[in-house]
Amino acid sequence: MTRVLVPSGALGLGYDREALDRGIAARPDIIAIDGGSTDSGPHYLGTGTSKYSRASTRIEWAGLMEARARAGCPLVIGTAGTCGADSAVDWLVDITREIAAERGEAVKVAVLKSGQIAGDVAAAWQAGRVTPLEVAPEVDATTFAGCTNIVALAGAEQVQAALATGADIVIAGRTTDTAIISALPLQNGDHAGGAWHGAKIGECGALCATNPQSGVILIEFDADGFTVHPMADGARATPHTVSAHMLYENSDPFILYEPGGHLDVTGAGYTALDDTRVRVEGSVWHPSDRYTVKLEGARQAGFQVVSLVTVRDAHYVANIDRWVADIAAKCRAKAEARLGTDDFGIELRVIGRDATLGALEHAAGTAHEVGVLAIVTAPDAALAGEIAKMLNPYLLHYPLTAEEEVPTFAFPFSPPEMSRGMVYEFCLNHVMTLDHPMDAFRLDVVEVG
Amino acid sequence: MARLGDVAVKVRSKNAGPFWVTIDIFCGSAKAFDRVRAAITAERAAEVLQTPTQTLKRFEIPDLKVVKLSIPRPAVQGTVADRDMHGAALGALMAEVEI
Repeated sequence: MTRVLVPSGALGLGYDREALDRGIAARPDIIAIDGGSTDSGPHYLGTGTSKYSRASTRIEWAGLMEARARAGCPLVIGTAGTCGADSAVDWLVDITREIAAERGEAVKVAVLKSGQIAGDVAAAWQAGRVTPLEVAPEVDATTFAGCTNIVALAGAEQVQAALATGADIVIAGRTTDTAIISALPLQNGDHAGGAWHGAKIGECGALCATNPQSGVILIEFDADGFTVHPMADGARATPHTVSAHMLYENSDPFILYEPGGHLDVTGAGYTALDDTRVRVEGSVWHPSDRYTVKLEGARQAGFQVVSLVTVRDAHYVANIDRWVADIAAKCRAKAEARLGTDDFGIELRVIGRDATLGALEHAAGTAHEVGVLAIVTAPDAALAGEIAKMLNPYLLHYPLTAEEEVPTFAFPFSPPEMSRGMVYEFCLNHVMTLDHPMDAFRLDVVEVG
Repeated sequence: MARLGDVAVKVRSKNAGPFWVTIDIFCGSAKAFDRVRAAITAERAAEVLQTPTQTLKRFEIPDLKVVKLSIPRPAVQGTVADRDMHGAALGALMAEVEI
Protein backbone atom coordinates (compact mmCIF):
# COMPACT_ATOMS: atom_id res chain seq x y z
CA MET A 1 0.00 0.00 0.00
CA THR A 2 1.31 3.42 -0.97
CA ARG A 3 -0.47 6.64 -0.03
CA VAL A 4 0.16 9.62 -2.31
CA LEU A 5 -1.10 13.03 -1.23
CA VAL A 6 -1.72 15.50 -4.07
CA PRO A 7 -2.27 19.05 -2.72
CA SER A 8 -3.55 20.56 -5.97
CA GLY A 9 -3.38 20.39 -9.75
CA ALA A 10 -0.42 22.76 -9.85
CA LEU A 11 1.76 24.73 -7.48
CA GLY A 12 0.48 28.30 -7.75
CA LEU A 13 -3.20 27.38 -8.03
CA GLY A 14 -3.69 27.30 -4.26
CA TYR A 15 -4.91 24.52 -1.96
CA ASP A 16 -7.23 24.17 1.01
CA ARG A 17 -5.09 24.26 4.18
CA GLU A 18 -7.55 22.28 6.31
CA ALA A 19 -7.78 19.61 3.63
CA LEU A 20 -3.99 19.47 3.46
CA ASP A 21 -3.84 18.98 7.24
CA ARG A 22 -6.37 16.16 6.93
CA GLY A 23 -4.18 14.61 4.26
CA ILE A 24 -1.11 14.81 6.50
CA ALA A 25 -3.09 13.16 9.32
CA ALA A 26 -3.76 10.25 6.93
CA ARG A 27 0.04 9.56 6.99
CA PRO A 28 1.00 9.84 3.31
CA ASP A 29 4.12 8.09 2.00
CA ILE A 30 4.82 10.97 -0.38
CA ILE A 31 3.42 14.39 -1.29
CA ALA A 32 3.40 14.99 -5.05
CA ILE A 33 2.48 18.13 -6.93
CA ASP A 34 2.73 19.23 -10.52
CA GLY A 35 4.48 22.51 -11.32
CA GLY A 36 3.24 23.16 -14.81
CA SER A 37 2.31 22.00 -18.29
CA THR A 38 2.34 23.23 -21.87
CA ASP A 39 -1.23 24.42 -21.49
CA SER A 40 -0.43 28.10 -21.10
CA GLY A 41 1.46 28.25 -24.34
CA PRO A 42 5.01 28.22 -25.71
CA HIS A 43 6.20 31.46 -24.06
CA TYR A 44 7.17 29.71 -20.82
CA LEU A 45 9.28 26.97 -22.40
CA GLY A 46 10.63 29.48 -24.90
CA THR A 47 11.87 31.75 -22.12
CA GLY A 48 12.41 29.11 -19.42
CA THR A 49 10.21 31.01 -16.98
CA SER A 50 7.24 30.41 -14.69
CA LYS A 51 3.67 31.44 -15.39
CA TYR A 52 2.77 31.83 -11.73
CA SER A 53 3.70 34.67 -9.42
CA ARG A 54 6.91 34.13 -7.44
CA ALA A 55 5.19 35.32 -4.25
CA SER A 56 2.30 32.85 -4.67
CA THR A 57 4.68 30.04 -5.53
CA ARG A 58 6.84 30.84 -2.48
CA ILE A 59 3.88 30.93 -0.06
CA GLU A 60 2.37 27.69 -1.38
CA TRP A 61 5.74 25.90 -1.54
CA ALA A 62 6.57 27.01 2.03
CA GLY A 63 3.24 25.52 3.15
CA LEU A 64 4.10 22.23 1.47
CA MET A 65 7.64 22.18 2.91
CA GLU A 66 6.18 22.68 6.37
CA ALA A 67 3.59 19.93 5.77
CA ARG A 68 6.34 17.62 4.51
CA ALA A 69 8.40 18.15 7.65
CA ARG A 70 5.37 17.26 9.75
CA ALA A 71 4.55 14.20 7.64
CA GLY A 72 8.17 13.03 7.57
CA CYS A 73 7.86 11.88 3.96
CA PRO A 74 9.34 13.09 0.66
CA LEU A 75 7.85 16.00 -1.26
CA VAL A 76 8.18 15.88 -5.04
CA ILE A 77 7.36 18.47 -7.67
CA GLY A 78 7.40 17.76 -11.41
CA THR A 79 7.67 20.27 -14.27
CA ALA A 80 8.94 22.94 -11.87
CA GLY A 81 8.36 26.54 -12.88
CA THR A 82 5.61 25.83 -15.44
CA CYS A 83 7.87 24.56 -18.24
CA GLY A 84 10.42 22.36 -16.47
CA ALA A 85 13.39 23.95 -18.26
CA ASP A 86 16.66 24.01 -16.28
CA SER A 87 16.33 27.75 -15.54
CA ALA A 88 12.84 27.19 -14.12
CA VAL A 89 14.17 24.38 -11.92
CA ASP A 90 16.93 26.70 -10.64
CA TRP A 91 14.26 29.32 -9.89
CA LEU A 92 12.39 26.91 -7.62
CA VAL A 93 15.63 25.66 -6.02
CA ASP A 94 16.40 29.31 -5.12
CA ILE A 95 12.96 29.71 -3.58
CA THR A 96 13.50 26.48 -1.65
CA ARG A 97 16.84 27.78 -0.29
CA GLU A 98 15.16 30.99 0.91
CA ILE A 99 12.37 29.12 2.67
CA ALA A 100 14.72 26.57 4.26
CA ALA A 101 16.95 29.37 5.56
CA GLU A 102 13.94 31.20 6.98
CA ARG A 103 12.61 28.08 8.65
CA GLY A 104 16.06 27.11 9.91
CA GLU A 105 15.47 23.69 8.42
CA ALA A 106 18.24 21.57 6.86
CA VAL A 107 16.77 19.87 3.81
CA LYS A 108 18.26 17.45 1.33
CA VAL A 109 17.06 18.31 -2.18
CA ALA A 110 17.40 16.08 -5.25
CA VAL A 111 17.39 18.17 -8.42
CA LEU A 112 16.39 16.32 -11.59
CA LYS A 113 17.01 18.26 -14.80
CA SER A 114 15.28 17.55 -18.11
CA GLY A 115 16.89 20.20 -20.35
CA GLN A 116 18.48 18.85 -23.52
CA ILE A 117 21.56 19.92 -25.43
CA ALA A 118 20.44 20.69 -28.99
CA GLY A 119 23.46 18.96 -30.54
CA ASP A 120 22.72 15.74 -28.66
CA VAL A 121 19.10 15.70 -29.82
CA ALA A 122 20.16 16.52 -33.40
CA ALA A 123 22.61 13.58 -33.28
CA ALA A 124 19.86 11.30 -31.98
CA TRP A 125 17.62 12.53 -34.82
CA GLN A 126 20.36 11.82 -37.38
CA ALA A 127 20.63 8.31 -35.90
CA GLY A 128 16.90 7.74 -36.33
CA ARG A 129 16.24 7.83 -32.57
CA VAL A 130 13.93 10.88 -32.64
CA THR A 131 10.62 10.05 -34.26
CA PRO A 132 7.41 12.06 -34.79
CA LEU A 133 4.17 11.49 -32.93
CA GLU A 134 0.82 11.86 -34.68
CA VAL A 135 0.54 15.46 -35.99
CA ALA A 136 4.14 16.61 -35.54
CA PRO A 137 5.80 19.66 -37.08
CA GLU A 138 8.38 19.03 -39.80
CA VAL A 139 11.87 18.74 -38.40
CA ASP A 140 15.23 19.11 -40.13
CA ALA A 141 18.84 19.20 -39.01
CA THR A 142 18.58 22.89 -38.03
CA THR A 143 15.38 22.62 -35.95
CA PHE A 144 17.05 21.60 -32.70
CA ALA A 145 19.69 24.34 -32.64
CA GLY A 146 16.87 26.80 -33.39
CA CYS A 147 15.11 26.01 -30.11
CA THR A 148 15.69 28.24 -27.10
CA ASN A 149 14.81 25.29 -24.88
CA ILE A 150 14.28 21.59 -25.45
CA VAL A 151 13.09 19.38 -22.59
CA ALA A 152 12.50 15.67 -22.37
CA LEU A 153 9.60 14.41 -20.25
CA ALA A 154 10.89 12.21 -17.45
CA GLY A 155 8.86 9.19 -16.42
CA ALA A 156 8.62 7.13 -13.26
CA GLU A 157 12.17 5.73 -13.54
CA GLN A 158 13.88 9.12 -13.29
CA VAL A 159 11.68 10.21 -10.37
CA GLN A 160 12.48 6.91 -8.64
CA ALA A 161 16.20 7.60 -9.14
CA ALA A 162 15.74 10.99 -7.48
CA LEU A 163 13.81 9.44 -4.57
CA ALA A 164 16.52 6.78 -4.19
CA THR A 165 18.99 9.49 -3.13
CA GLY A 166 17.03 9.68 0.13
CA ALA A 167 16.15 13.32 -0.57
CA ASP A 168 13.53 15.11 1.50
CA ILE A 169 12.46 17.10 -1.54
CA VAL A 170 12.69 16.28 -5.25
CA ILE A 171 12.57 19.26 -7.60
CA ALA A 172 12.18 17.89 -11.10
CA GLY A 173 12.27 19.58 -14.47
CA ARG A 174 9.84 18.43 -17.13
CA THR A 175 8.17 15.16 -16.18
CA THR A 176 4.94 13.63 -17.39
CA ASP A 177 2.06 14.82 -15.20
CA THR A 178 1.60 11.28 -13.92
CA ALA A 179 5.20 10.20 -13.25
CA ILE A 180 5.56 12.08 -9.95
CA ILE A 181 2.52 10.22 -8.59
CA SER A 182 3.14 6.76 -10.08
CA ALA A 183 6.86 6.58 -9.22
CA LEU A 184 6.61 5.46 -5.58
CA PRO A 185 3.67 3.02 -5.98
CA LEU A 186 5.53 1.36 -8.89
CA GLN A 187 8.71 1.17 -6.84
CA ASN A 188 6.75 -0.41 -3.99
CA GLY A 189 5.37 -3.07 -6.34
CA ASP A 190 1.78 -1.87 -6.37
CA HIS A 191 -0.40 -2.75 -9.37
CA ALA A 192 1.23 -1.11 -12.43
CA GLY A 193 -2.00 -0.36 -14.31
CA GLY A 194 -3.47 1.03 -11.11
CA ALA A 195 -0.36 3.14 -10.43
CA TRP A 196 -0.51 4.91 -13.80
CA HIS A 197 -4.30 5.15 -13.87
CA GLY A 198 -4.48 6.52 -10.34
CA ALA A 199 -1.73 8.96 -11.23
CA LYS A 200 -3.71 10.25 -14.21
CA ILE A 201 -6.83 10.58 -12.07
CA GLY A 202 -4.91 12.44 -9.36
CA GLU A 203 -2.70 14.67 -11.50
CA CYS A 204 -5.12 17.60 -11.36
CA GLY A 205 -5.76 17.19 -7.64
CA ALA A 206 -9.43 17.35 -6.71
CA LEU A 207 -10.52 18.05 -10.29
CA CYS A 208 -11.61 14.38 -10.27
CA ALA A 209 -14.10 15.07 -7.46
CA THR A 210 -16.85 17.49 -6.49
CA ASN A 211 -15.56 20.79 -5.05
CA PRO A 212 -12.55 20.73 -7.40
CA GLN A 213 -11.25 24.09 -6.09
CA SER A 214 -10.27 22.45 -2.78
CA GLY A 215 -7.35 20.79 -4.54
CA VAL A 216 -6.31 18.15 -2.04
CA ILE A 217 -6.74 14.47 -2.81
CA LEU A 218 -5.30 11.24 -1.35
CA ILE A 219 -4.75 8.24 -3.60
CA GLU A 220 -4.15 4.87 -2.00
CA PHE A 221 -2.39 2.37 -4.27
CA ASP A 222 -2.17 -1.37 -3.62
CA ALA A 223 -1.66 -4.74 -5.30
CA ASP A 224 -5.01 -4.67 -7.13
CA GLY A 225 -5.77 -1.03 -7.97
CA PHE A 226 -6.31 2.29 -6.23
CA THR A 227 -8.76 4.28 -4.12
CA VAL A 228 -9.47 7.99 -4.58
CA HIS A 229 -10.19 9.97 -1.44
CA PRO A 230 -10.77 13.75 -1.59
CA MET A 231 -9.65 15.51 1.58
CA ALA A 232 -11.74 18.69 1.62
CA ASP A 233 -14.78 18.94 3.84
CA GLY A 234 -17.81 18.07 1.71
CA ALA A 235 -15.79 17.03 -1.37
CA ARG A 236 -16.91 13.72 -2.86
CA ALA A 237 -15.46 11.40 -5.45
CA THR A 238 -18.04 9.40 -7.40
CA PRO A 239 -17.54 6.78 -10.12
CA HIS A 240 -18.69 9.45 -12.58
CA THR A 241 -16.34 12.24 -11.40
CA VAL A 242 -13.37 9.85 -11.29
CA SER A 243 -13.92 8.08 -14.61
CA ALA A 244 -14.77 11.37 -16.35
CA HIS A 245 -11.32 12.67 -15.49
CA MET A 246 -9.81 10.30 -18.07
CA LEU A 247 -11.43 12.56 -20.67
CA TYR A 248 -9.70 15.69 -19.43
CA GLU A 249 -6.99 17.08 -21.71
CA ASN A 250 -6.64 13.59 -23.25
CA SER A 251 -7.14 13.02 -26.96
CA ASP A 252 -7.86 9.34 -26.24
CA PRO A 253 -9.96 8.55 -23.13
CA PHE A 254 -8.75 4.95 -22.82
CA ILE A 255 -5.06 4.97 -23.71
CA LEU A 256 -2.26 6.99 -22.13
CA TYR A 257 1.31 6.79 -23.45
CA GLU A 258 4.13 7.13 -20.94
CA PRO A 259 7.87 6.49 -21.02
CA GLY A 260 8.28 2.72 -21.09
CA GLY A 261 4.77 1.71 -22.12
CA HIS A 262 1.13 2.61 -22.22
CA LEU A 263 -1.89 2.44 -19.96
CA ASP A 264 -5.18 0.94 -21.13
CA VAL A 265 -8.22 1.68 -18.96
CA THR A 266 -10.81 0.10 -21.25
CA GLY A 267 -11.50 -2.63 -18.70
CA ALA A 268 -11.37 -0.46 -15.58
CA GLY A 269 -14.24 -0.69 -13.11
CA TYR A 270 -15.19 2.22 -10.83
CA THR A 271 -17.01 1.46 -7.58
CA ALA A 272 -18.25 3.80 -4.85
CA LEU A 273 -16.90 2.60 -1.49
CA ASP A 274 -19.01 5.15 0.38
CA ASP A 275 -20.18 8.74 -0.16
CA THR A 276 -16.70 10.12 -0.73
CA ARG A 277 -14.33 7.38 -1.91
CA VAL A 278 -14.05 5.49 -5.20
CA ARG A 279 -12.26 2.21 -5.83
CA VAL A 280 -10.77 1.50 -9.27
CA GLU A 281 -9.48 -1.85 -10.55
CA GLY A 282 -8.96 -3.45 -13.94
CA SER A 283 -6.64 -1.01 -15.74
CA VAL A 284 -3.71 -2.56 -17.57
CA TRP A 285 -0.13 -1.40 -18.13
CA HIS A 286 1.55 -2.61 -21.34
CA PRO A 287 5.36 -2.23 -21.27
CA SER A 288 6.94 -1.23 -24.58
CA ASP A 289 9.96 -2.75 -26.31
CA ARG A 290 11.73 0.60 -26.64
CA TYR A 291 12.13 3.15 -23.85
CA THR A 292 11.11 6.52 -25.29
CA VAL A 293 10.68 9.96 -23.78
CA LYS A 294 8.64 12.75 -25.32
CA LEU A 295 10.43 15.94 -26.38
CA GLU A 296 9.12 19.49 -26.21
CA GLY A 297 10.87 22.38 -27.86
CA ALA A 298 10.12 26.05 -28.37
CA ARG A 299 11.70 28.51 -30.77
CA GLN A 300 11.46 32.22 -31.52
CA ALA A 301 8.79 33.23 -34.01
CA GLY A 302 9.31 36.99 -34.30
CA PHE A 303 8.49 40.12 -32.35
CA GLN A 304 4.94 41.24 -31.98
CA VAL A 305 3.32 44.62 -31.41
CA VAL A 306 -0.45 44.77 -31.01
CA SER A 307 -2.96 47.63 -31.03
CA LEU A 308 -6.61 47.61 -30.05
CA VAL A 309 -9.20 50.01 -31.46
CA THR A 310 -12.95 49.90 -30.93
CA VAL A 311 -15.50 50.82 -33.58
CA ARG A 312 -18.97 52.06 -32.55
CA ASP A 313 -20.18 53.86 -35.69
CA ALA A 314 -22.98 51.65 -37.10
CA HIS A 315 -21.94 52.24 -40.71
CA TYR A 316 -18.41 51.08 -39.95
CA VAL A 317 -19.57 48.14 -37.86
CA ALA A 318 -21.74 47.04 -40.79
CA ASN A 319 -18.79 47.30 -43.20
CA ILE A 320 -16.05 46.13 -40.88
CA ASP A 321 -14.78 43.41 -43.24
CA ARG A 322 -14.00 45.93 -45.96
CA TRP A 323 -12.54 48.38 -43.47
CA VAL A 324 -10.01 45.92 -42.03
CA ALA A 325 -9.14 44.44 -45.45
CA ASP A 326 -8.45 47.91 -46.89
CA ILE A 327 -6.34 48.93 -43.92
CA ALA A 328 -4.26 45.74 -43.94
CA ALA A 329 -3.59 46.07 -47.69
CA LYS A 330 -2.78 49.79 -47.61
CA CYS A 331 -0.53 49.54 -44.58
CA ARG A 332 1.28 46.53 -46.05
CA ALA A 333 1.97 48.43 -49.28
CA LYS A 334 3.20 51.49 -47.40
CA ALA A 335 5.45 49.47 -45.08
CA GLU A 336 6.95 47.51 -47.97
CA ALA A 337 7.68 50.71 -49.88
CA ARG A 338 9.09 52.66 -46.96
CA LEU A 339 10.95 49.90 -45.12
CA GLY A 340 12.15 47.85 -48.10
CA THR A 341 11.02 44.47 -46.79
CA ASP A 342 7.99 42.21 -47.06
CA ASP A 343 9.10 39.93 -44.22
CA PHE A 344 6.34 40.82 -41.75
CA GLY A 345 2.72 40.04 -40.96
CA ILE A 346 -0.25 42.34 -40.37
CA GLU A 347 -3.43 40.71 -39.12
CA LEU A 348 -6.60 42.51 -38.03
CA ARG A 349 -9.01 40.37 -36.00
CA VAL A 350 -12.55 41.62 -35.48
CA ILE A 351 -13.63 41.08 -31.88
CA GLY A 352 -17.42 40.77 -31.81
CA ARG A 353 -17.52 38.83 -35.06
CA ASP A 354 -15.00 35.99 -35.46
CA ALA A 355 -11.88 36.85 -33.45
CA THR A 356 -12.15 33.61 -31.46
CA LEU A 357 -13.01 31.03 -34.11
CA GLY A 358 -11.86 32.62 -37.37
CA ALA A 359 -13.01 30.61 -40.37
CA LEU A 360 -14.89 28.16 -38.12
CA GLU A 361 -17.35 30.83 -36.94
CA HIS A 362 -20.90 30.06 -38.09
CA ALA A 363 -22.83 32.82 -36.32
CA ALA A 364 -23.86 35.91 -38.26
CA GLY A 365 -23.01 38.78 -35.93
CA THR A 366 -25.08 41.90 -35.34
CA ALA A 367 -22.95 43.46 -32.64
CA HIS A 368 -23.45 47.20 -32.04
CA GLU A 369 -19.71 47.64 -31.60
CA VAL A 370 -16.62 45.66 -32.56
CA GLY A 371 -13.04 45.66 -31.45
CA VAL A 372 -10.22 45.41 -33.93
CA LEU A 373 -7.13 43.67 -32.61
CA ALA A 374 -4.26 44.59 -34.91
CA ILE A 375 -1.29 42.23 -34.71
CA VAL A 376 2.03 43.04 -36.33
CA THR A 377 4.69 40.32 -36.37
CA ALA A 378 8.21 40.94 -37.70
CA PRO A 379 11.68 39.43 -37.33
CA ASP A 380 12.94 42.18 -35.03
CA ALA A 381 11.50 44.55 -32.47
CA ALA A 382 12.38 47.77 -34.32
CA LEU A 383 10.65 46.64 -37.51
CA ALA A 384 7.54 45.46 -35.66
CA GLY A 385 7.39 48.80 -33.86
CA GLU A 386 7.80 50.81 -37.08
CA ILE A 387 5.03 48.92 -38.86
CA ALA A 388 2.68 49.20 -35.87
CA LYS A 389 3.22 52.97 -35.91
CA MET A 390 2.50 53.11 -39.64
CA LEU A 391 -0.70 51.22 -38.96
CA ASN A 392 -1.93 53.67 -36.36
CA PRO A 393 -3.10 56.52 -38.64
CA TYR A 394 -5.28 54.05 -40.53
CA LEU A 395 -6.83 52.62 -37.38
CA LEU A 396 -7.48 56.14 -36.14
CA HIS A 397 -8.91 57.81 -39.25
CA TYR A 398 -9.39 55.43 -42.21
CA PRO A 399 -12.59 56.39 -44.18
CA LEU A 400 -14.63 53.83 -46.11
CA THR A 401 -15.17 56.36 -48.91
CA ALA A 402 -13.04 59.26 -50.10
CA GLU A 403 -15.93 61.72 -50.00
CA GLU A 404 -16.86 61.52 -46.35
CA GLU A 405 -15.55 63.61 -43.50
CA VAL A 406 -12.54 61.93 -41.88
CA PRO A 407 -13.82 59.56 -39.17
CA THR A 408 -12.13 58.93 -35.83
CA PHE A 409 -12.20 55.66 -33.91
CA ALA A 410 -11.82 54.87 -30.23
CA PHE A 411 -8.49 53.88 -28.66
CA PRO A 412 -8.48 52.76 -25.04
CA PHE A 413 -4.78 53.61 -24.57
CA SER A 414 -2.00 55.99 -25.48
CA PRO A 415 0.34 54.96 -26.91
CA PRO A 416 -1.93 52.49 -28.70
CA GLU A 417 0.91 50.10 -29.56
CA MET A 418 1.62 47.38 -27.00
CA SER A 419 4.80 45.40 -27.43
CA ARG A 420 4.46 41.69 -26.76
CA GLY A 421 8.18 41.21 -27.18
CA MET A 422 9.49 38.01 -28.68
CA VAL A 423 6.87 35.38 -29.45
CA TYR A 424 7.61 31.67 -29.36
CA GLU A 425 6.16 28.54 -30.91
CA PHE A 426 6.26 24.83 -30.08
CA CYS A 427 8.21 23.01 -32.76
CA LEU A 428 8.55 19.42 -31.53
CA ASN A 429 6.01 16.68 -30.98
CA HIS A 430 8.44 13.79 -31.02
CA VAL A 431 9.80 10.98 -28.89
CA MET A 432 13.43 10.08 -28.36
CA THR A 433 14.60 6.52 -27.77
CA LEU A 434 16.97 6.01 -24.83
CA ASP A 435 19.16 3.02 -23.95
CA HIS A 436 18.81 3.86 -20.27
CA PRO A 437 16.12 6.08 -18.69
CA MET A 438 18.72 8.41 -17.11
CA ASP A 439 20.59 9.01 -20.37
CA ALA A 440 18.80 12.28 -21.14
CA PHE A 441 18.51 13.50 -17.53
CA ARG A 442 20.83 14.80 -14.80
CA LEU A 443 20.48 14.28 -11.08
CA ASP A 444 22.20 16.35 -8.37
CA VAL A 445 21.75 16.42 -4.63
CA VAL A 446 22.08 19.68 -2.71
CA GLU A 447 21.75 20.44 1.00
CA VAL A 448 19.91 23.67 1.78
CA GLY A 449 19.01 25.53 4.95
CA MET B 1 -34.46 20.11 -34.21
CA ALA B 2 -32.63 21.35 -31.14
CA ARG B 3 -29.20 22.68 -30.42
CA LEU B 4 -26.66 20.15 -29.14
CA GLY B 5 -26.08 22.34 -26.09
CA ASP B 6 -29.78 22.08 -25.19
CA VAL B 7 -29.84 18.29 -25.51
CA ALA B 8 -26.52 17.62 -23.72
CA VAL B 9 -25.75 18.54 -20.11
CA LYS B 10 -22.36 20.04 -20.96
CA VAL B 11 -20.18 20.54 -24.01
CA ARG B 12 -16.60 21.54 -23.27
CA SER B 13 -13.33 21.78 -25.15
CA LYS B 14 -9.70 21.95 -24.09
CA ASN B 15 -6.21 21.42 -25.42
CA ALA B 16 -4.90 17.88 -25.32
CA GLY B 17 -1.29 19.02 -25.61
CA PRO B 18 -0.18 21.79 -27.99
CA PHE B 19 -1.11 19.86 -31.14
CA TRP B 20 -4.57 18.46 -30.36
CA VAL B 21 -7.84 19.77 -29.02
CA THR B 22 -10.56 17.59 -27.54
CA ILE B 23 -14.31 18.15 -27.17
CA ASP B 24 -16.33 16.29 -24.54
CA ILE B 25 -20.11 16.09 -24.93
CA PHE B 26 -21.70 14.99 -21.64
CA CYS B 27 -25.19 13.80 -22.56
CA GLY B 28 -26.55 13.11 -19.06
CA SER B 29 -29.19 10.52 -19.98
CA ALA B 30 -29.33 7.37 -22.11
CA LYS B 31 -31.94 9.01 -24.31
CA ALA B 32 -29.80 12.10 -24.94
CA PHE B 33 -26.74 9.90 -25.48
CA ASP B 34 -28.53 7.90 -28.17
CA ARG B 35 -29.71 11.06 -29.87
CA VAL B 36 -26.29 12.72 -29.76
CA ARG B 37 -24.34 9.71 -30.96
CA ALA B 38 -26.70 9.30 -33.91
CA ALA B 39 -26.48 13.00 -34.82
CA ILE B 40 -22.83 13.79 -34.16
CA THR B 41 -21.19 11.40 -36.58
CA ALA B 42 -17.52 11.78 -37.44
CA GLU B 43 -18.56 13.27 -40.79
CA ARG B 44 -20.89 15.84 -39.20
CA ALA B 45 -18.28 16.85 -36.63
CA ALA B 46 -15.58 17.12 -39.30
CA GLU B 47 -17.84 19.41 -41.31
CA VAL B 48 -18.53 21.74 -38.37
CA LEU B 49 -14.89 21.76 -37.30
CA GLN B 50 -13.60 22.01 -40.89
CA THR B 51 -11.14 19.21 -40.32
CA PRO B 52 -10.37 16.01 -42.28
CA THR B 53 -12.30 12.96 -41.07
CA GLN B 54 -9.11 10.89 -41.38
CA THR B 55 -7.51 12.62 -38.40
CA LEU B 56 -10.69 13.12 -36.38
CA LYS B 57 -10.97 10.71 -33.45
CA ARG B 58 -14.45 9.97 -32.17
CA PHE B 59 -15.21 7.97 -29.05
CA GLU B 60 -18.45 6.82 -27.46
CA ILE B 61 -18.24 6.17 -23.73
CA PRO B 62 -21.58 4.61 -22.72
CA ASP B 63 -20.76 4.42 -18.98
CA LEU B 64 -20.36 8.21 -18.90
CA LYS B 65 -22.90 8.90 -21.66
CA VAL B 66 -20.22 10.90 -23.38
CA VAL B 67 -19.33 11.43 -27.03
CA LYS B 68 -15.76 12.66 -27.34
CA LEU B 69 -14.11 14.24 -30.38
CA SER B 70 -10.38 14.92 -30.78
CA ILE B 71 -8.85 16.78 -33.72
CA PRO B 72 -5.48 18.27 -34.62
CA ARG B 73 -5.66 21.92 -33.54
CA PRO B 74 -6.80 24.33 -36.30
CA ALA B 75 -3.54 26.18 -35.52
CA VAL B 76 -0.81 24.76 -33.29
CA GLN B 77 -1.14 26.24 -29.81
CA GLY B 78 0.52 29.63 -29.46
CA THR B 79 1.57 30.05 -33.08
CA VAL B 80 0.97 33.45 -34.67
CA ALA B 81 -2.17 32.03 -36.32
CA ASP B 82 -3.64 30.65 -33.07
CA ARG B 83 -6.69 32.49 -31.71
CA ASP B 84 -7.53 30.39 -28.67
CA MET B 85 -4.57 29.42 -26.48
CA HIS B 86 -6.42 26.79 -24.43
CA GLY B 87 -8.74 25.45 -27.13
CA ALA B 88 -11.63 26.76 -25.07
CA ALA B 89 -14.11 27.86 -27.73
CA LEU B 90 -14.70 24.78 -29.89
CA GLY B 91 -17.10 23.47 -27.24
CA ALA B 92 -19.28 26.56 -27.66
CA LEU B 93 -19.20 26.08 -31.43
CA MET B 94 -20.30 22.45 -31.18
CA ALA B 95 -23.01 23.29 -28.64
CA GLU B 96 -24.70 25.48 -31.27
CA VAL B 97 -24.96 22.68 -33.83
CA GLU B 98 -28.58 21.80 -34.69
CA ILE B 99 -29.37 18.11 -34.21
